[in-house]
Amino acid sequence: MSESEKPLKAELTVEYPFTRTTGKVIGAFMTGLREKRLFGIKRSDGSVLVPPLEYDPITSEPLTEMVEVSQSGVVETWTWIDPPRPQSPWDAPHALTLIRLDGSDTSMLHAVLAGSPSEMRTGMRVSAKWKEERVGHITDLEGFIPETKEVDS
Amino acid sequence: MNESHNFRDVAVVSVASHQTKTLSEVNEVQLMADLISKCRNSAGVTQEEIGFTCSGSSDFLAGQAFSFVHTLDSVGAFPPISESHVEMDGAFALYEAWVKLQIGEVDTALVYSYGKPSAGSIIDVLATQLDPYYVSPLWPDCFSLAALQARLLLDKGLISLEKMAEISKRSQKNGFDNPNAVRSSKDVSIENLMNEPTIVDPLRVSDISEITDGGCAVILATGDKAKSLCERPAWIKGIDHRVDSHTLGVRDLTRSSSAFLAAEKAGGNIDRLDVAEIHGMTSAQELILEKEFCLTEETQINPSGGCLASDTMMASGLIRISEVARRIISGQADRGLAHATSGPCLQQNLVCVLEGE
Amino acid sequence: MTDPNSPPASLSEDVKIPESISGLEPVRSVRSPIKLVYDFVPSPPVQEYLRSYSKKKILGHRSPVDGAVFVPPRGVDPRHGVLIEESVELSDRGHVGNFCVTHLPIPGRDDLDIPYVSAWIHLDGANVGFLGLVAGCENDEVHIGMRVQAVWKKEEELGNTAENILYWKPTGEPSVPVEKAGNRAWDQPNE
Repeated sequence: MSESEKPLKAELTVEYPFTRTTGKVIGAFMTGLREKRLFGIKRSDGSVLVPPLEYDPITSEPLTEMVEVSQSGVVETWTWIDPPRPQSPWDAPHALTLIRLDGSDTSMLHAVLAGSPSEMRTGMRVSAKWKEERVGHITDLEGFIPETKEVDS
Repeated sequence: MNESHNFRDVAVVSVASHQTKTLSEVNEVQLMADLISKCRNSAGVTQEEIGFTCSGSSDFLAGQAFSFVHTLDSVGAFPPISESHVEMDGAFALYEAWVKLQIGEVDTALVYSYGKPSAGSIIDVLATQLDPYYVSPLWPDCFSLAALQARLLLDKGLISLEKMAEISKRSQKNGFDNPNAVRSSKDVSIENLMNEPTIVDPLRVSDISEITDGGCAVILATGDKAKSLCERPAWIKGIDHRVDSHTLGVRDLTRSSSAFLAAEKAGGNIDRLDVAEIHGMTSAQELILEKEFCLTEETQINPSGGCLASDTMMASGLIRISEVARRIISGQADRGLAHATSGPCLQQNLVCVLEGE
Repeated sequence: MTDPNSPPASLSEDVKIPESISGLEPVRSVRSPIKLVYDFVPSPPVQEYLRSYSKKKILGHRSPVDGAVFVPPRGVDPRHGVLIEESVELSDRGHVGNFCVTHLPIPGRDDLDIPYVSAWIHLDGANVGFLGLVAGCENDEVHIGMRVQAVWKKEEELGNTAENILYWKPTGEPSVPVEKAGNRAWDQPNE
């Protein structure tokens, strides 16, 4: 095929440089991340949502009482990401997981920085690993690392 | 549906769809001009006779703001037509058209939707629909989220890898007779499927949907108008859509309670179903849906091959409706359920129950 | 009835912030940039159009319904939703169908003096307008119906892009009367 017959093609890059207002609840969670702390919010039945939302996702009641939760928890489910996704915060293969922190009644999505999928199993205990420089962003959490001692979930 | 309301009888009278791995020769406008003409011609109507037109597409998928306006070139929108658009699968556009027909001012509607994911990165596009504070900055792709869901089901013993392989096999075998199916095989074996490498643990290659370009067009009509346009219209006996929380950690991902409720409200299980076309992006999701819809062996599930055989973002749901309607119009089936989903891990679900006379 | 103008609860409710962070400057916003990359492949009629355009030829599409000519070609007659296959070569002359004086710079066009004139150019033989700039005269001389012709880029700068015409300049021919100028596909399709 000669150069003149090759289909024309153009790369188009669309970028959205969003800055989003957090409001009080999400702002407090982000402030917590900056300070190496994890917070949830209490629902009217006493259960705790982590990460916190302004409104109860089931009843839509406004939620106002923030509580600190543990930096350790249990992997509820996981998958293995290899190669890492280009725009994600991770450069190396890792597990993507739903983690239920001690003191929370819901699970949050984040990475477990294990060396290989053979190190992963549902129910394993993990602990938060923080970045050195933190700005108040979900990626202040570098991820979670497996706790060496297995605890029965 | 609530029996106390006087609903107008609305039927699907004509369908047309096309799916292929990559639409390299035509753009969305040309594809849809062809499908919409086919659909109108087979019903014997012109655009002037269409009372309402509603479409579904995604600007992030197309990489262009208000991209649906360009695709209106394929309809013939002059003199100005009564028109609307949803940034959702075409099945939800069909719901809007059904509501419009219930109002009673028009008797016919054209519904269409399309997607050309080959132009960009569908997994990046779908990551942008997630919570922008907690989830989207981590860029989880749709298949990884579906893998988290599949592992929960496996860990709880609700499904097995063998059962998932059986779903993949069903899809590939059924897809063999569907010209729109891209992943299909006459003689695929469970053993081969079980031995496939995992793509996103625990999902293997054939457990996840085959992403394709394409589109679908459907014409709806009410009462006598439907009977005049089609020998055996596929009557919409019930249609409903429901939504679960978008917060993954709050939901029981082993279920899709919104899918169950939509099917119940649409009257899915009040009579036998000859056929069901269900919209899942993994074999595991199809298993969840079969359970939520209480489907049994008397129902032929995904005779088209479903999304594991060919999955066109923004059109897959409308294609499920067209596949059921096509079988009713041709007399192959009397009663069927069509399902469309949107959002991560079966978050939002629409069920449409169709019947012939 | 509650006051419809009262602020949402998330703004008015007093959120109980734990003591450990309550005295600190709170995070008020987060950055969540998105980058999406596409491979844009023009449809065959647009490919043909761009290749011809790089050779200073402007192609249009003739509707099979009434012969109306659309430029640039898109493969369909948008009035009827019918596919078009017939290409026609158009002149690089026409008239100003409509125009405006623009005070905003175009990124990458440092050669443009501000304000400049943007216009719908109605090419001879076409039934819809073609977007371009008008220059080579004073801005206040530009008027609806004014005859213009294309000023192309230098040969070596031409390419398969929409940027091959620098601007349109007056030809000095008698103007098209205002009532006959502009869009002809929608209002007077058979003229």
